[in-house]
Amino acid sequence: MQQFPCPFCGLRNEQEFHFAGEAGKTRPDTMKEVSAEQWSAYLNHYNNPMGKTCEIWVHLPCQEYFVMQRDTVTMEVFASEQIRKDLK
Amino acid sequence: MSGFRVQNRGLIDRHKTLSFQFDGKSCTGHPGDTLASALLANGIKIMGRSFKYHRPRGVWGAWFDDSNAIFNISLGAIQLPNCPAATTYLEDGMQARSVNTFPSARFDIKGVLDWFSPFLPAGFYYKTFMRPNWHLFEPTIRKMAGLGKLDGNIIEEYQSDQIHQSCDLLIVGAGPAGLAAALSASQKGSSVVLVDDHDIAGGSSYQQQSNIENKPASLWIRDQIAAIAGNGGRILLSTTAYGIYDHNLVALIQDSGFGHAPRLWRMRAKRILIATGAIDRQITFANNDRPGIMSAVGALEFLGRYGVLVGKKIALLSNNSHTQNTANLLREAGAEVETFDTGDNSPVAIGGKKLRALNIDGKSHSCDVILASGGLTPVVHLWRHGGGRLEWNEAIQAFIPAQATTGMRAAGAANGIYELDEALADARAAALDQPSPKVQSAYQIKALLPDINSKKRQWIDFQHDVTVKDIELAARENYSSVEHLKRYTTLGMASDQGKTSNMAGLAVMASLQNRTISEVGTTTFRPPFVPVPFELYRGVKRQQLFNPPKRLALEAEHRNVGAAMGEYGGWLRPAWYGDDDPHNTIRKEVISARTHVAIIDASPLGKIEIMGPDAEKFINFVFYNTLTTLKPGKIRYALMLSERGIVYDDAVITRVDQNRFIISCSSSHVEGVNNALEGWRQDGNDPDRIFVHDTTQNWATITLSGPKAGELLSKLDMSIDLSPDAFPHMTFRQADFLSVPARISRVSFTGDPSYEISVPTLHASALWSAIAKAGKSVQAAFIGVEALSILRAEKGYIIVGKDTDGETMPHDIGFSQPRLRKESAFVGDRALHTHAANGQNRRQLVGLMVKGNECKIVTGAHLIDQSGSKPRSIGYVTSSYDSPTLAHPIALALLENGTARIGESVAVWNQGDIRQATIASACFYDKGGGLLNA
Ligand SMILES: [Zn+2]
Repeated sequence: MQQFPCPFCGLRNEQEFHFAGEAGKTRPDTMKEVSAEQWSAYLNHYNNPMGKTCEIWVHLPCQEYFVMQRDTVTMEVFASEQIRKDLK
Repeated sequence: MSGFRVQNRGLIDRHKTLSFQFDGKSCTGHPGDTLASALLANGIKIMGRSFKYHRPRGVWGAWFDDSNAIFNISLGAIQLPNCPAATTYLEDGMQARSVNTFPSARFDIKGVLDWFSPFLPAGFYYKTFMRPNWHLFEPTIRKMAGLGKLDGNIIEEYQSDQIHQSCDLLIVGAGPAGLAAALSASQKGSSVVLVDDHDIAGGSSYQQQSNIENKPASLWIRDQIAAIAGNGGRILLSTTAYGIYDHNLVALIQDSGFGHAPRLWRMRAKRILIATGAIDRQITFANNDRPGIMSAVGALEFLGRYGVLVGKKIALLSNNSHTQNTANLLREAGAEVETFDTGDNSPVAIGGKKLRALNIDGKSHSCDVILASGGLTPVVHLWRHGGGRLEWNEAIQAFIPAQATTGMRAAGAANGIYELDEALADARAAALDQPSPKVQSAYQIKALLPDINSKKRQWIDFQHDVTVKDIELAARENYSSVEHLKRYTTLGMASDQGKTSNMAGLAVMASLQNRTISEVGTTTFRPPFVPVPFELYRGVKRQQLFNPPKRLALEAEHRNVGAAMGEYGGWLRPAWYGDDDPHNTIRKEVISARTHVAIIDASPLGKIEIMGPDAEKFINFVFYNTLTTLKPGKIRYALMLSERGIVYDDAVITRVDQNRFIISCSSSHVEGVNNALEGWRQDGNDPDRIFVHDTTQNWATITLSGPKAGELLSKLDMSIDLSPDAFPHMTFRQADFLSVPARISRVSFTGDPSYEISVPTLHASALWSAIAKAGKSVQAAFIGVEALSILRAEKGYIIVGKDTDGETMPHDIGFSQPRLRKESAFVGDRALHTHAANGQNRRQLVGLMVKGNECKIVTGAHLIDQSGSKPRSIGYVTSSYDSPTLAHPIALALLENGTARIGESVAVWNQGDIRQATIASACFYDKGGGLLNA
């Protein structure tokens, strides 16, 4: 059982988290022409790397969505950071 | 009779004698004995039958490395199946029966299977029973093959504790290495947990009669234990580490004695030290599965721990430098020992149920026991669980731990270091995370080269009867990867999990393919290392705690008026009220709702509030329907889609004021909708300008529905003008109910005028009482979820997930406008214009009708097209009821091109029967909708 660091709650067991997608994807602007290929890439094309990856996860008890870097082979977790902009 | 008890050896308590029975025979033993050691002391050698051929088998090892002796054990009222004899401690009064045997291990009527063994090669079951259908043969084969039997009785209070803990260093194995490591680490202030599967610490030291660091072993062990405890270290005995999972989670099973549920420890360790020692490897020779052929290390263990000498005249067959030491220890205890080298040609075990001799080069050497010592094999299973790699060490002919993930080390014999002083130094270095000292091992071993040309049967996996020939066959059929080999031959499967069979199997495969063992590689070891009962995982998660439903604030009130409660979407809700025939009761509830007024607890309906300056923009993006045009005080029905354009949920959305909305989504989708809302809020929007707040359980909701709903509501005296003009359908009012805030939504899930009245949950009971009291004068009826399901189906209102599936888009269920006209982006928008979304044959929601005197259609029945050469499914029935209102059966269905086919007939297929139904619009009740606005 892995442990993931929620930026809001700290280290918690993986059962408390859901995977929410690969980080860095931008939703196409659907008010403009979006080709079938662009839309399909947005929905279906994941890099799914073997090794280092950057993903969005959600911590279900506190509902915080965050970006986490981890390694899909060694299961090492490198860092997590909140997805929202900084409060200044 | 060959095994016997010797004086002055072992850890058993000879002052007490325990009586037990094995296959009906009376035996005795002592506290500290396992069933296996006690049986050996009673001269019993045959303890089980093999799985496939029912060959007689005795114990091979003295601990977890034995998978031959598996018993059903009864003690008092408790009976447990599949207890390993070598790891189950003896208790007075136990009745043990070997599994896989009838009537007893010695006389097995199915032993006749063995005569047919040439016809039962590897892959036999796969090949023979593929046609016509494995399931035809399965029951008979399973009956013959099964291990222990459950007696079906429930053991009272058999409930596993589950404990979650963490520590700095977890050490597995309290042998000399584990003890030394635990002391070193605890002296430095680390929180140390040391676990060992035996009930006495000391590990392999009981096999050897030597001193440890110039002290008698027992004194040295006692001193270590005292010092570890003094430093705050913890030692868990009778506790097996059976799995290492991601991020250093170690699963421990702690034995609580026979008939008591074991305890599960989930130990999160910063560092893990594997000090699990080494076991003996078997030697592949002819008839090497005969009872009386045992592991040499096992024999020393039986002697050292239990004071049992396994035989009087022992032939010791070995390939390594521990031979003389082993022979001496056995001789000192009183055995006659003759040693043989595996380099000698063609050993053959002679004898059936009773071993008579070991033949070498045609010369016979009489013996009653053969000890096979194929070389020490580090116990690296946990190391592999933890993601550690292995490397082949040619000098000691074994796989030993190589690189590992951070925080895991191995030490001592598990690390391939067999000399005591070197093992202690290795363990102390590992405990402090320092580099291990380099050691030059004095241990010598010759490579085991199995005779693959022998015509005689040589056994590899005792439990599953895998022989050299089976591995040959697998190699010939190209199952040469070790993982394929394992699955094709069942080598190393079942409870052995490769502990004894793995190395022998690899050696055969290597010989067959002219490769080295290191080239062949080893299979992946997976948890659990030892068999564990399901109870360990169940723990307190039983009955209502298994998957607890959410409970209504008004549950007591419902029960008071006779509610039959059922689980719907995770909530325990009234299904109907009263003790009469449910079908009739539900029908009456529907009629009451249509003729007078129904009272429904709708509290589980979602109430997610969206607030903030960007709330309108946000909600308009997340939902399919246009919501910017929704005025404060108004309500609109809306669909939520996934980005794939599939209907995920439906909701009624109330605009309370400019910057505040309430989303009343389906009761079973509240978490999912809330999660999706949070996802879009935080990822793609400014989260400081939108707030999502789930208040579902803060409010209790009672719905009044029916022609007299308004009349009943008026009696609650909430000073609202209820005339249809002042409070029309799809509008919202806030009022006071007994000085607490109440929310009233005029919205319908039945087709009749309905009011959903919500008050803070604390006041649910007062609202319920007031409605129940006022309801009497208008013949109001409490109705449950079953009647409500019929009412909504009559009106053609869908339940998302029941009347829709993973392909349903909004235009399939009659909501086409936003797809064509909505002027801003929304979730799933692009997906509604793909090739598939524009397709001609989409399945659309329709109604189905049959004649009033016919029975209703079965839910799930297929709608079929019979025009082609083969009938083709063109849809299916999603909901089906006998409609009390219309007095004929109704159904909803998803049908290809359904809307264009209204009025036509369609064939309905169910389990081979075909009948006709008429396609109708999905709404059967008040099609014009005039009633809603009354
Ligand atoms: Zn959190």
